Amino acid sequence: MKPFTFFSPRTLAEASRILADHNGNGRALAGGTDLLIRMKRGQWTPRAVVSLNRIAGLNEIALNGELKLGARVTLNQLIRSPIIREYFPVLAATARNMAGVQVRTLATVGGNLCNASPSADMSPPLMALNARAVIVGAAGERVVSLDEFFVGPGKSVLQSDEILRELIVPYNSRAARASYKKLEHRAAMDIAMVGVSVAVEFQKAEFGNRNCADARIVLGAVAPTPLRAKRAEEILRGNILNKENIAHAARVAAEEARPIDDVRSSAWYRREMVEALTRRQLMEIRDLRLEIGD
Amino acid sequence: MQQLYISLTVNGDVHELNIEPRRTLMEILREDLELHGTHEGCGSGDCGACTVLLDNEPVPSCLVLAADADGRQVVTVEGLVQNGEPHAVQKAIVTHGGTQCGYCTPGIVISSVALLNENPHPNELEAREAIAGNLCRCTGYQKIVDAIVAVGRE
Repeated sequence: MKPFTFFSPRTLAEASRILADHNGNGRALAGGTDLLIRMKRGQWTPRAVVSLNRIAGLNEIALNGELKLGARVTLNQLIRSPIIREYFPVLAATARNMAGVQVRTLATVGGNLCNASPSADMSPPLMALNARAVIVGAAGERVVSLDEFFVGPGKSVLQSDEILRELIVPYNSRAARASYKKLEHRAAMDIAMVGVSVAVEFQKAEFGNRNCADARIVLGAVAPTPLRAKRAEEILRGNILNKENIAHAARVAAEEARPIDDVRSSAWYRREMVEALTRRQLMEIRDLRLEIGD
Repeated sequence: MQQLYISLTVNGDVHELNIEPRRTLMEILREDLELHGTHEGCGSGDCGACTVLLDNEPVPSCLVLAADADGRQVVTVEGLVQNGEPHAVQKAIVTHGGTQCGYCTPGIVISSVALLNENPHPNELEAREAIAGNLCRCTGYQKIVDAIVAVGRE
């Protein structure tokens, strides 16, 4: 690694000021599982590394109407958190299928989002849950929907002095039954070829009602950013969640994907798998609905 | 060049060190403290050979800046020996034939200890999950998994 100056501030304001002073040549350090690899490869050569390790409150998980998820919450913290396991099980399940135990000790939710990899596993489920990002910078605080957070591969809306402080995730019935599935070459330590997250909210009605009030379908690793399949969502919204509508929505989601050929997979296969993963997860939600009728 | 003064507790001993910010925890352990049991495999967190316990949690020490570990507790494979006796996991890996070339073994031992600290009686699936981040090119894993499960049954 190229030499750099290390900072370990106690407050976000100070961290943001140090980043601003370095004018694009500073990097915030959370878990380091992406940053250090890029620095070792010489891809990134920051003059300042600003550790967020000593800033209080960044690893907080609190549910108070909405979920507040600190950006520095680690993947292992998500897996162990009773709040996450009970009310946002998709986030615990997603974390558990990422990397291996020792990387999950370090890797953080915020780091996974801020690195803005198109294949990042945390992005689709958090977008499906309609999360908002709370960002702090020299000019103050702003809140951005995660739908608007990603700009391109490796690029988010964060300015060079800005730091993601936390995510706010609404809690409602769809949080409990959101899901995320991905395909990889091996079950651990791999990067998704394709990932799909779905979240469905049903209309409040009598037992067995399967009318879908709202649906969010988010595709990972098949576009420059995580992508909402909005036309597929529209097919489900207000309509019954039956086999025909699910198959139609899944087909349209595959059309909306914009995959590329690369070392991990072909574009053709990715598109086929968007359809399969979307259909499979919507069918699971439908079957669960029929079974427990909640 | 910036020099940082840090304090690390490694296997119970406090070490005060002057370091360059770019040095990783793995480099400090191997080069400064001469604890060569922690191996460097890939250097990018993929292989698990450099796994150590940091505040009782397993981490790839090649991806931790030593500066960021200031004030924290580290346990390496050398720290598992008590009164000259190897840890139960080390003994079980030997008796089950769970080591061949030995390069991955310290990392696997640390990952196994981390699992057993949290879950003293793991089943086979739990043992496999715990070492999913440790690559072994020799054993095919089965004997390692058998060893971990056997420790939980003792």
